[in-house]
Amino acid sequence: MRETATPTYDVVVIGGGVVGCAVLRELSRYDLRLLLLEKEADLAEGVSKGNSGVIHAGFNVPSGSLKAKTNVAGLALIYPLAVELGVPHRKTGNLVVALSDEDRPRLEELKAEGDRSGVPDLEIVDETAIRRLEPLARGRWALYSPHTGIISPYELTVALAECAWQNGAEVRLETPVEAVGSGDGLFRLATPKGTIAARRVVNSAGLFADEVARLAGIEDYRVFPYRGEYLIADKDCGLRLGLPVYPVSSRNDPGLGIHITPTLEGNIILGPSAEPVEDKRDAASTREVMARLKAEAGRLMPELGGVPFIHSYTGIRPKLVDPSGRDRFRDFVIEESGLRPGWINLVGIESPGLTAAPAIAKMVAAMIGGRLDMREKPGFIAGQPPRIRFAHAGDSERAERVSRDADWGEMVCRCEHVTRAEVVSALRNPFGVRTMDAVKRRTRCGMGRCQGGFCTPRIVEILQDEGVPADGITKRGGVSRLFYGRIKG
Amino acid sequence: MSGPRETCDVAVIGGGPAGLAAALGARRAGAGKVLLLERDRTLGGILNQCVHDGFGLFLYKETISGPEYAERLTEDVLREPIRVATGTMVLDLSPDRVLRVNSREGYRLVEAGAVVLAMGCRERTREMIEIPGTRPAGIFTAGSAQNLVNLQNLRIGNEAVILGSGDIGLIMARRLVFEGVAVKGVFEILPWANGLERNIRQCLMDLRIPLELRSTVVEIRGRDRVESVVVAKVDESLAPVAGTESVIPCDTLLLSVGLIPENELAKKAGVVLSPLTGGAVVDETLMTSIPGIFSCGNVLHIHDVADWASFEGFAAGERAARFAAGERPAGPTIRVSAGPNVRYALPQLVTRGKPGVEWSFRVKRPVRDVAVEVKGLTSGKVYARRKFARLLPSELQKIKVRVAVEEDLEVGCP
Repeated sequence: MRETATPTYDVVVIGGGVVGCAVLRELSRYDLRLLLLEKEADLAEGVSKGNSGVIHAGFNVPSGSLKAKTNVAGLALIYPLAVELGVPHRKTGNLVVALSDEDRPRLEELKAEGDRSGVPDLEIVDETAIRRLEPLARGRWALYSPHTGIISPYELTVALAECAWQNGAEVRLETPVEAVGSGDGLFRLATPKGTIAARRVVNSAGLFADEVARLAGIEDYRVFPYRGEYLIADKDCGLRLGLPVYPVSSRNDPGLGIHITPTLEGNIILGPSAEPVEDKRDAASTREVMARLKAEAGRLMPELGGVPFIHSYTGIRPKLVDPSGRDRFRDFVIEESGLRPGWINLVGIESPGLTAAPAIAKMVAAMIGGRLDMREKPGFIAGQPPRIRFAHAGDSERAERVSRDADWGEMVCRCEHVTRAEVVSALRNPFGVRTMDAVKRRTRCGMGRCQGGFCTPRIVEILQDEGVPADGITKRGGVSRLFYGRIKG
Repeated sequence: MSGPRETCDVAVIGGGPAGLAAALGARRAGAGKVLLLERDRTLGGILNQCVHDGFGLFLYKETISGPEYAERLTEDVLREPIRVATGTMVLDLSPDRVLRVNSREGYRLVEAGAVVLAMGCRERTREMIEIPGTRPAGIFTAGSAQNLVNLQNLRIGNEAVILGSGDIGLIMARRLVFEGVAVKGVFEILPWANGLERNIRQCLMDLRIPLELRSTVVEIRGRDRVESVVVAKVDESLAPVAGTESVIPCDTLLLSVGLIPENELAKKAGVVLSPLTGGAVVDETLMTSIPGIFSCGNVLHIHDVADWASFEGFAAGERAARFAAGERPAGPTIRVSAGPNVRYALPQLVTRGKPGVEWSFRVKRPVRDVAVEVKGLTSGKVYARRKFARLLPSELQKIKVRVAVEEDLEVGCP
């Protein structure tokens, strides 16, 4: 490709996960030319989409660590942020349950760790209190954290990016960074769509942060992918879970143990497992783990035995802990490279990265502010009102919307009650994301019990109405195409 | 809601083979205001995408295609003063028969004297049968694929594997071959095929598509688009047998692994459902546990041919009209259960002392030269006995008791 004039940005963020998008939104307060590059066809396509969607309080990580500091700081930031951005969330509290007296010391340890980190209002509670807090949970003792919550991680990620965009930041999808050069105080990022020049770079590439760093000559990191499988129960399973319930996990567990988490829409999630895998993209589910998830969740909550599951998903954790090594804990890396001043690496941002993201964003902004002349822009747009969902609207709101715009009267997803208006609005996003998965994540079309059986043909029609040719319809961009042209008919 | 409210004598939810017939049945029984609600843009339901032949043998005494069958019933409906609302989805149904309805024309409430549920069914998914592996593009349920291919003329792949031998899967196997798609095989976990015999013959054998029984897909591979599936034999408990795996390269996996009555609205109204059928528990008038709410077609139980869904629709519509006109159930009921090798028998409840009741039933396993009996559970008396040269799980069968019965019954193959 012949290079035209290379555009120069003050800061380029590599990676459109929740951390990258939080950094972009934080920096968009200032008078900076900003760009975010994402290799996939949508935001939140990596680590940010495959997790429990829990806002952690911060007692699961060692006090004094960056994980603990950013988690506790992030906990204070994320609720007001979600309100500003209109992102669905709920402060539920959570329970870590000990099934026997033997496990109580581990709860005390967790509480002590949390207290040292400044996690507010932790409490050890007994059987009676457990039942009162969550009738489905059982245990001898539990650690109760009232400030834990749940949030839609991809909706948060998308809202952060859209907010940054409203404040002038640019986002380019399907634009992987393939090589990095430098000179004249600028980094030159080569992508298949041309070279981009940046004064500062924030490497927030998640699972691939080590590889992106290596492109810049920084050989310090190695990210190990740990797979976590989940199962999602049908909303109609007859159980209403109010808050996340965790088992007491051992210190050696690479995750937090298989826990049971409610979603904002009333589903119940089981998982995740935690297994090192070779391939960073190996998001397959396995028969063995599916069976194990059910068995372990059933131990924690016998009522879950026999509930129908409507979906499975898998996330991959970007861990710095070497699966073959001895170290049990590795902290987040949030640092400017000594070798490449102006290049900031965010590496190993696994759990509690979702909660920590707004705090990490502030740290990064401070690091960049020390080097660039950053002035706050007047008229920063902090967010937007929550998106109206037809399924949640009352009768008069529904009637009023349909009378104003008939698209609200056309039901596309019969399981989750999503209208054409909501699908069209999702497709007219500022970044031009037009994949089936993007519609699913933004509207919930296809997340119900028919799993897209009925709405897929409808969305395919709407995509074509919105100008996407049938051959260009993909599940998640790239070569994930749905169709191979037309038949003779 | 202080908005528009509509009233009708009979509201029929769903305009497929059962709902169209129910609307007609209600009119013929004298209902004044009949409202037919269909969420799709046209009447006919799934019939519209069933472009193959084989419909109408019982209703019209000739075989026609799905769209032709839909057209004939629709023409009859349009000749009647039935209010047809297409593009209209019922979102909620209360036990006192108030419907929340949405369409491009407006969001509104409908109060109905009686309601007929005729919403049809949905397909079982990959997730319900828990196939491990990746989540690439190229996995379709057979019915969605049928919609995309037959109604939208889209080519869904080049090399396909079909899991499950349900009728839609068999029909789609043939359809794909006609469109130049290589169909590598149909895999069925059970020791027998699930579809109608004529479909096995015409859609697979005639086209030399292999049907592998006692085998299933144990893994899906491919990150962006399906690249292959792993199939394996299963043992008696339907668990995959280690060492029997083989990898089949393909870019498409079609699932035809069962249908589920779509009773979301019935649940909202509090209708009692049967775990055996997935549909409502009904009496011989097809009335559910909620007075004035009737059920017919695939939302009641899965049918093998559309004609039977229509016959059920006529009956449900007629009964709904009579309920709307003030007729109430005749009295206490007896229970009817499924006996040996019978998956279910419907209706599950019958008015005590009512003669001439006919049951629909399905067997659990294929059997030859058997007699099916309707037997009194207290007296052991056999009220009806019908011989069959062969019974298949894929076929819906009937048995009728002519006399009045006063005790609980069982339908079984002793």
